[in-house]
Formats: sequence, structure tokens, C-alpha cells
Amino acid sequence: MKVFEGLKFSRKTSIIHFLDPRTKFLVSCVIFLISLIFSELIILSILFVAQIPLILLAKIQREWSHSIRGGAFLIIIILSTNLIFGYISNNFQLTSRLLIHSIAMAFRFIIITSSFSIFFLTTSPDNLSLALEQSHIPYEFCFAFTTAVRFVPVLANEAQTIIDAQRSRGLEVEKGNFLKRVRKYIPLLIPLIVNAIRRSLELAEAMESRAFGAKKQRTNIYSLKIKKADSIIIISSLIIIFLAIYSKFNLQIPIIQIPLLPP
Amino acid sequence: MIKVENAFFTYPSGVKALEGLNLEIQDGEFIGIMGENGAGKTTLVKHFNGLLKPTNGSIYINGKNTRETTVAELSKNVGLVFQNPDHQLFCETVEEEVTFGLKNFGFAEEKIVERTDWVLNFLELERYRKSSPFILSGGERKRVALAAVLAWDPNILVLDEPTIGQDYLQKERLRQYIEQLNGQGRTVIIVTHDIEFIAECKPRIIVLSKGKIINYATAKEALTNSENLSKASIFPPQIAQLFTQIADLGLPKDVIDVYEAKVLIENLLKGGKRNEGV
Repeated sequence: MKVFEGLKFSRKTSIIHFLDPRTKFLVSCVIFLISLIFSELIILSILFVAQIPLILLAKIQREWSHSIRGGAFLIIIILSTNLIFGYISNNFQLTSRLLIHSIAMAFRFIIITSSFSIFFLTTSPDNLSLALEQSHIPYEFCFAFTTAVRFVPVLANEAQTIIDAQRSRGLEVEKGNFLKRVRKYIPLLIPLIVNAIRRSLELAEAMESRAFGAKKQRTNIYSLKIKKADSIIIISSLIIIFLAIYSKFNLQIPIIQIPLLPP
Repeated sequence: MIKVENAFFTYPSGVKALEGLNLEIQDGEFIGIMGENGAGKTTLVKHFNGLLKPTNGSIYINGKNTRETTVAELSKNVGLVFQNPDHQLFCETVEEEVTFGLKNFGFAEEKIVERTDWVLNFLELERYRKSSPFILSGGERKRVALAAVLAWDPNILVLDEPTIGQDYLQKERLRQYIEQLNGQGRTVIIVTHDIEFIAECKPRIIVLSKGKIINYATAKEALTNSENLSKASIFPPQIAQLFTQIADLGLPKDVIDVYEAKVLIENLLKGGKRNEGV
């Protein structure tokens, strides 16, 4: 359940926390896009290294490492499927290019996970909701989205309790072959889903008793303002994405060659 | 037998839940664990079937170190019934719910039928055998959750907050079940905030506060020690409060039983009338 810690906001003071959510979202999207545009390991490594100062500045090393560790399983799957299928389609030959490509794909996943992890770890659900609202998204959608984000840790806690309860009844999730193990998720998923539905109905009732949607026009006590730092970051992000697209079509990116392997 | 040796437990978040507990619970004992919210009650009982392992110190169940035994193996002896039945019910019928644990523990088919019949009968759930657990009332769901654990006949039964959301009649029934199970030689441990329920059950009581045991005594001693109880944010049962306040009349302070109270008051009144007569 530590995966969810990698998405759970905690109130800290740092430059990154202080930035406007829209700015951070743009930065995350830019990182996401660049990682999709390029599949070269060099560029992806630069992107990865570029995120490290952000993580350190935001003081979220511990939480971030949880999210990466949580994704470790997927990272391994991405790496191995790329390797295996590439190996087969390459007439059963392991080449430097194949290995580098597989590593790059795994890196791409790590980069995407960490960019959004940084975003969610440093943006409070309230600010997120405000940012969405100020982007002219209907309030109902903003509310649904932020509620979903807010309930992730609650559901994670509940999932842990359900796992504990079923283990106390002799369920051994780790035992048995793949199919048997998949079946063992039924006793965990059904109570989780049933409780989530129950909770959503209760939440709807609680909201209605507090006059949700009684007035069409809502007002907010707080409003977000784009600060100077935000504008600088927004402009530089836009320049970076522009440069990235330009270099994709006009520049030759060097390819790393692993010694002892055919190219 | 449960033996806790200098057990410490700290959650990954850094919250210290248990701070050096020492405890011995003999076979066949009836124990009530009380304490304020966050005192470590649930954390402690989760150690009994190995869901949590102490960060320091050791816990032995029937001589086995919980650190070296799997949860499944320990659970066969220690049946832990969780607070909220909705965290465990998932089958289409009550019967399947009850057989789930039995199948997990690898009981033979005829034994499964025998145990299921027994437990549904014992907890008066026979008529719901083919019903979905999700359509039952809160009290009934709680009973199904208990049945699902009781089915494999663990010799230590741990109930976490069994009285929450139960009406008086349900509680009275629960008390009778507990007494029967304990009478048959099982160790029963209940974790609860329900002081009146505890006063009626009269188990031996462990008072926990901030991860430490601050009292381990008989119900009578523990529940009338208001100073000690207040450290764990607990108020003595109403009978005990009453008898503390009327102690000037020459009555004992340590009364937690309604029938004992009745006899004492009757005697006092009779004595009083006699005095008037003289």
C-alpha cells in the first residue's frame, strides 16, 4: 500500500509547493510529452536527472521513492516484455540497440510516474480543485476529481484492513500459481468495491444535506494568482517543449552503444 | 497461551503504538482490553495472529514465536474478528462465507459441513444460510463475521469492538455466546470501549494507555479504580459511579454488578426500616 504514499500530499513549505498548481501541471505535462516524443536513452536520462533537483527542492525524496518502489513491478514488466518480444522479433539475437531501447522504455515509465508524483505530492487537493475551477471546468467535475484524489489514501487504508481481515481467515495471497493468485483477489476486491459504493452514496447524502449545488454561482474565499516565478517557469517550459519538438525533427541524437554486443 | 515479552511496535509512519508490553494470558481466560482511542488495543490484538510483528521484543502463541510463524498458521489458533464486518464479507451466501475459512485451512469436506452446521446453529443463523450477507442487518452481519471465524474452532477468540452498533438485545445475546464459548474452555479476548458491557461480562481487564499497560486486574478492581481508568479516558460503569458517591452510607465502593447492588441496597433499606422501628 506504500504505492499510494507516493501520491499523498503532505503540507510542506518549499518553492515547489508554493508554485501555482497550473504551472506544476504544465511542467509535468511538458516532461510527459518530451518523454513520449523521444525514445533515446540519452534524452530520457537527461529528463530523469532534471527531475532530481525538483524532488530535492520539494523535500519529497522519501515519498517519491515509495512511488517508484511501488511501480517497480511494472518497471520490470516493461523492461522484460520489451526485451523478450524484441529478442524474438530480432531473430533471437540480443543487440545493443534492443537492450538500450528496453532500458529507455522502462526509464520513460519512471519519468512519467515521477513527474506526476511530484505534482500530486506538492499540490494540495484544495489548490488542485481551485486550479481546475479557474480553468473553467464545471465545478461538479472538479469536485468529483478532487474527491477521487482525496479518497485514495482512505481507500488504501481500507484495502489494508480488508487484506488483514481476509488473511486472518486463512487467505494466503502469495501462495499458489498465477491463476490461483488472481482468484484470491476476489475476497479483497469485493468488500473494497462494495464499501466504496456505500461510501459514495453516504457522501452524496452528506453533500446534499449541506446544500451542494443549491446555487448555480459559487464563490471562493481563495483564488489562485500566477506569480512572477510561475510566469518564468511557464515561459521556459514552453520554450523547452518547442526546442524539443524542433530538435526531434532537425537534430541527430547520438545513440549509446553497449560494448561486446552487436549494434 | 499468549506470552508478550517486552513488545514494542512502531508504525512505518513513526507512530509508536506499543511501548514495552509484558503480558501473559493463560488458556481458557476471559480478557477485556480497554483504553483510549489510539491506546494500541487493535495494534496489540493484530500481533496475536501475526498480522503485525513487534518491532522489538517477542510474542509467543502456544510457545511459537509469531515472528517465525505465518499469519495463516497462527490464525488457525487465534480467530480474530474485525470491528467492521463489511471489511470481510464478500460471498453470495452466508453459508459460503462460513466455509471460506474452513476451505482455506484445508478441512475435509465432511468436517466443513459439520462445522458449518454447528456454527450456524450456535449463532442462530440457520435461516439465513442461503441469504446474501449484504442484505442482512448490521447486527446480523456482525454475527456472520463472527460465525465465519468461529467455524474453524480457534482456541483463542479475539473480538475487536463486538458491541459497536448493536442494540441491547443483540449485546445480551453476544454476552451469552461469549460466556458459552469461554465456558467450553476457549480463551476469549474482547477489545471494547463499552464499559457497561464489560461490567456485565466481568472479564479480567487490561487497561492500555499510550501503548503501555497501566492496569491488569479483575473486573471489580479495574473498573472501580476511577483514577487509573481516567488515565485511559474511561469512566467507571454507572453502578460503580453510584456506589462511589453513596459510600458515606457505609456501602462498599467496588460494586459493578446490578444484582450485587440490588442486594446491598435492599439490605440497607431493610436495615434502615428496622432502625426506624427501634
